[in-house]
Amino acid sequence: MSVLLIAEHNNKELKPFTLNAATAVSQIDKDVHAVIIGQNCGDAAKALSELPLIKKVIQVEAPYYENFVAENFSPVVVKLAENYSHIACSANTFGKNLMPRIAAALDTSQISDITKVISADTFLRPIYAGNAFATVKSKDPKKCITIRPTSFDPCESSGGSAPIEKAEPSGEFGQTKFIKREEIKSDRPELGTARVVVSGGRGMQSGDNFKLITSLADKLNAAIGASRAAVDAGYISNDHQVGQTGKVVVPDLYIAVGISGAIQHLAGMKESKVIVAINKDGEAPIFSVADYGLEADLFEALPQFLEELNKLNTIQK
Amino acid sequence: MKILVAVKRVIDYNVQIRVKEDNTGVVTENVKMSTNPPDDNAIEEAVKIKEAGKATEVIAVSVGEEKAQETVRKALAVGADRGILVKADGVLEPLAVSKLLQKIVEKEKPDLVFMGKQAIDDDCNQTGQMLSALLNWPQATFASKIEVKDKLLEVTREIDEGLETIEINVPAIVTCDLRLNEPRYASLPNIMKAKKKPIEQINASDLGVDTSPRIEQTKVEEPPKRKAGIKVSSVAELVQKLKNEAKVI
Repeated sequence: MSVLLIAEHNNKELKPFTLNAATAVSQIDKDVHAVIIGQNCGDAAKALSELPLIKKVIQVEAPYYENFVAENFSPVVVKLAENYSHIACSANTFGKNLMPRIAAALDTSQISDITKVISADTFLRPIYAGNAFATVKSKDPKKCITIRPTSFDPCESSGGSAPIEKAEPSGEFGQTKFIKREEIKSDRPELGTARVVVSGGRGMQSGDNFKLITSLADKLNAAIGASRAAVDAGYISNDHQVGQTGKVVVPDLYIAVGISGAIQHLAGMKESKVIVAINKDGEAPIFSVADYGLEADLFEALPQFLEELNKLNTIQK
Repeated sequence: MKILVAVKRVIDYNVQIRVKEDNTGVVTENVKMSTNPPDDNAIEEAVKIKEAGKATEVIAVSVGEEKAQETVRKALAVGADRGILVKADGVLEPLAVSKLLQKIVEKEKPDLVFMGKQAIDDDCNQTGQMLSALLNWPQATFASKIEVKDKLLEVTREIDEGLETIEINVPAIVTCDLRLNEPRYASLPNIMKAKKKPIEQINASDLGVDTSPRIEQTKVEEPPKRKAGIKVSSVAELVQKLKNEAKVI
């Protein structure tokens, strides 16, 4: 039987992590179908059909699918599930919200946040904030899986031409009403997919001081991250949080500034290729994962960092 | 309005996790255990709603071994009125826990069920959504703000893109984010008072739920260790290393 991937999108475009999730599911079974549920999401469905890994796209539209309410989405997937051995989606807030609802309806024990496909029924996943990795084997006839997108490369996004089939919507749940979404718009690279991430922690001391992080990020064409402490203190909004309960990032370069390095933060960034830590406390745990540690006052180091970068004229954009 | 709050006993968030030498799991012997952190936020929110006069009773429930009673007791010490311990040994997957909680919900008939958005041990992030599906109730996950408005809740949810606001009709499930509130500490008099509050014990096996695991954990390993890094003495040296050695800028 084939694998069903639930596409993540904003009705206009696919979310980039759908490409990473497609790679992961193609390692389970080559026969990958994708369902896209939304409203006026034809363009996104077309983009999905162009992923060479996808063999068939199922498009389901209704006005009440516009805002991705899990209670409305779940019955659609549950109905389609009879034709599939695996149901999968990304382990971000979209998938985390939705998949357990589907799994419970199918009486399946979900496997969350896989980082590796070992076989069609066996997967690797982090537990205890990534301080241990469990190999788990599902005994359920149908598997429900969420995928840690940063653990898989994005698949090719063009060249495919899968047929797009329309399916009937399931009804509206009615007990949940979407009110509004406050998205923080930015021209920066997305935190989850950025090549460089500059993150600030409690050591920044104020939201205003985060402009030091912003300047450095501008220079490096980086996304801005933050520790939970910085978000809790109101220095920066929640969508920047990196860690066990925030986002997991795997950039080529992660620069942690004024972040002590609690295990909950390390869980979200320690797979980064190169880690830099700038902290005035030489004993801070962040140094234990840093490739390059600089024990310094960040208020002196960050302006110097900018200056040194200005001296280099070969910064990769 | 009656609020049921599910709390889980987990290894304390400050404990350095060690993997057992035989790779069957992590070391739990002689390790400090605590309430799963966002479950503390769930209890706090329920107690605050009651203090605001919008709820009549807060019931804390935990599913797990006998010692999970301590976790229930702690919830009583910060304001829950009574407790329930569903006793079950061995591995309990979120699906099994949500089925047991469903039985408790059917018995207690709460208007709201709160719990943390994720347990910090298995990091599954499933139980609330599963319970919500089993009951066919609305769900508000990752809540960072809850407003009780008569027969509905307005909930602000933390999502990857920022914040989302939804309205859900009661009865409903809410899973709580760490930013929902600042959990209080239990005062000594309240800890003493909590000792007199009732905890009902129920055997999971009496609830008619098959809790046997569907997932076999074949191996638990340490994460790959990072190579030890170096300390640089100046920003100039750092930038040189990033450019010439790591080649990332």
